[in-house]
Amino acid sequence: MNHWILAPVVLPAMVAPMLAYVMRHDVVLQRVVSIAASAVLAAIALGLFTIAADGTVHVYRLGDWPAPFGIVLVLDRLSALLILLTAVLGGVVLVHASATGWDRKGRHFHALMQFQLMGICGAFLTGDAFNLFVLFEILLIASYGLAVHGGGKARLKAGLQYVIMNLAGSALFLIALGTVYASTGTLNIADLSQKVREIPLEDAALVRVAAMLMMIVFAVKAALFPMQFWLPGTYAQSPAPVAALFAIMTKVGAYAILRMHTMVFGPDADAIGTLSGDWLMPAAMITVAVGALGVMGARRLAPLVAFATLGSTATLMLAVAGFAPDATGAALYYLVHSTLAAATLFLVIDLVLTRRAGDELSAQPATAQNGLLAALFFGAAIAVAGMPPLSGFLGKLLVLDALGNHPLAAWIWALVLGGSLLTIVGFARAGSVLFWKSTTPGLALPDDPAPEDPAPAPVTPAQAAPAIATLAALGLLTVFAGPLMRYTQATAAQLYDPAPYVNAVLVDQPGTKDLPEEDH
Amino acid sequence: MELIVAVSIGALTAAGIYLMLRLRVFPVIMGLTLLSYATNVFVFASGRLAVGAPPVLMDGVEIYSDPLPQALVLTAIVISFGMTAVLVLVALGATVEGGSDKVNAPRKEAEK
Repeated sequence: MNHWILAPVVLPAMVAPMLAYVMRHDVVLQRVVSIAASAVLAAIALGLFTIAADGTVHVYRLGDWPAPFGIVLVLDRLSALLILLTAVLGGVVLVHASATGWDRKGRHFHALMQFQLMGICGAFLTGDAFNLFVLFEILLIASYGLAVHGGGKARLKAGLQYVIMNLAGSALFLIALGTVYASTGTLNIADLSQKVREIPLEDAALVRVAAMLMMIVFAVKAALFPMQFWLPGTYAQSPAPVAALFAIMTKVGAYAILRMHTMVFGPDADAIGTLSGDWLMPAAMITVAVGALGVMGARRLAPLVAFATLGSTATLMLAVAGFAPDATGAALYYLVHSTLAAATLFLVIDLVLTRRAGDELSAQPATAQNGLLAALFFGAAIAVAGMPPLSGFLGKLLVLDALGNHPLAAWIWALVLGGSLLTIVGFARAGSVLFWKSTTPGLALPDDPAPEDPAPAPVTPAQAAPAIATLAALGLLTVFAGPLMRYTQATAAQLYDPAPYVNAVLVDQPGTKDLPEEDH
Repeated sequence: MELIVAVSIGALTAAGIYLMLRLRVFPVIMGLTLLSYATNVFVFASGRLAVGAPPVLMDGVEIYSDPLPQALVLTAIVISFGMTAVLVLVALGATVEGGSDKVNAPRKEAEK
């Protein structure tokens, strides 16, 4: 057993209480430890990535209990890729939050951030459906704290709605798990994979209900229509670095749908059939439209970016809902792109908004470094909208190509292309108002008796570095699209072949062959 | 007994959803609490209902109650308890700062 598999969960879990209890009075120390911990996490994630890259499935049995009874963590290509992405994003966000001083605006920012990373990494690793629920709760409870970090009327209101929404979602998750357990008698994902396939067609009603309930729960997390309404408000009101980290939260929903609906409720399970894809696809299509219209209709910058994130996640969900190996390969490439692009946007608009009065899209005095901010915004916008040369273009192309044979292909193409156009128009309008229509200070109201506000501090290199780094990563995604696509296609092939996963968890267990046959 | 359990789960869920839809802070908290009670009983019942049956293997006993949902429900109760506490705190903050206990702010107010 490779104990490093547990490290992405244990490391943040150890660092977070230290930050909260031992170092709570020293923000600088917190920053150093938190960023160092996320660098170590990224190194561990890179190590796990290389371990998993050869396609073997690694299983970690907690307490060395045999599989259907004990909890397992499973490392395969998909979880390794997503943990690496989480660790990199976490590090970038922490640097941004430290450089811009967001972490000083409330208590325990770094501790909550580490708990959030722990929950996300755990959700990507776990091989047990109930454990997935527990880790979801960990990442959610940390996100509640982060969403209202810094306080303020509007943020608390949006945070309250977010908490209520997710508590209702958690109740639904438990009901889904209860239904799964009632119909199959197990909650281990590998075991479920076998049990669901053994259910005869005439008894399939209950397990179908369970599959759809699960899908609804994960669709809430992935912000699919009609459960998308929590996302724009929450993301727009959250502190920008938190919103940037939340870019991976919707992907946790996408991951859970991919994992559960390829391993357990896949198209090859007679009891389920194509039920999941049939419902997911229209929901994702409507969400693409909602996101694009939201970008066009937004009058403030933060909601504009939130709707762009919604549309980007929905495009990812289109490819996920295709439930075919090549579509999933494209989906995973787009997932990496979408996470980084959304994070870049939130980091850039944070730099912009802290130098403007209010986030309305209206002409205001130009900031000192208008050119730098405009260039960063432009780069992030073309990434999200899906224009060359950044990876959004390639990602959308791959998604459209993979869904070319889908029965709804014409609609999907029309929606994605139309949505991209609306997004481009929305961003072009926002960018031109923000950066080109600037009023010269003092010219509009020359007799204004009020003293002028002190000029906002210029962007320091440390503040711009995270946004530039993620933009550079998006460029690298384009340059190294070939190797990455080969990896994601191999990941998709691994996902659609559950046998090695099931064998690694259930069959290849040390000691189980010596056990007497039990009937359970 | 199945009927009593099913009816009580249904009644708790219905009451919980009704209260949540009132969109005021206190009823929503009560509603979510009732919903989590209903969910806990539901998870508990998912291992089939058995009266007076032991949850551990014993000699000479044929009927067992399933111990796993009992363990799951313990976790779920702890989590929902903690989450309710967080919700109360966030709700208090939002109510005190916002000056209103409405969960959905009126449109004009939300724009500000």
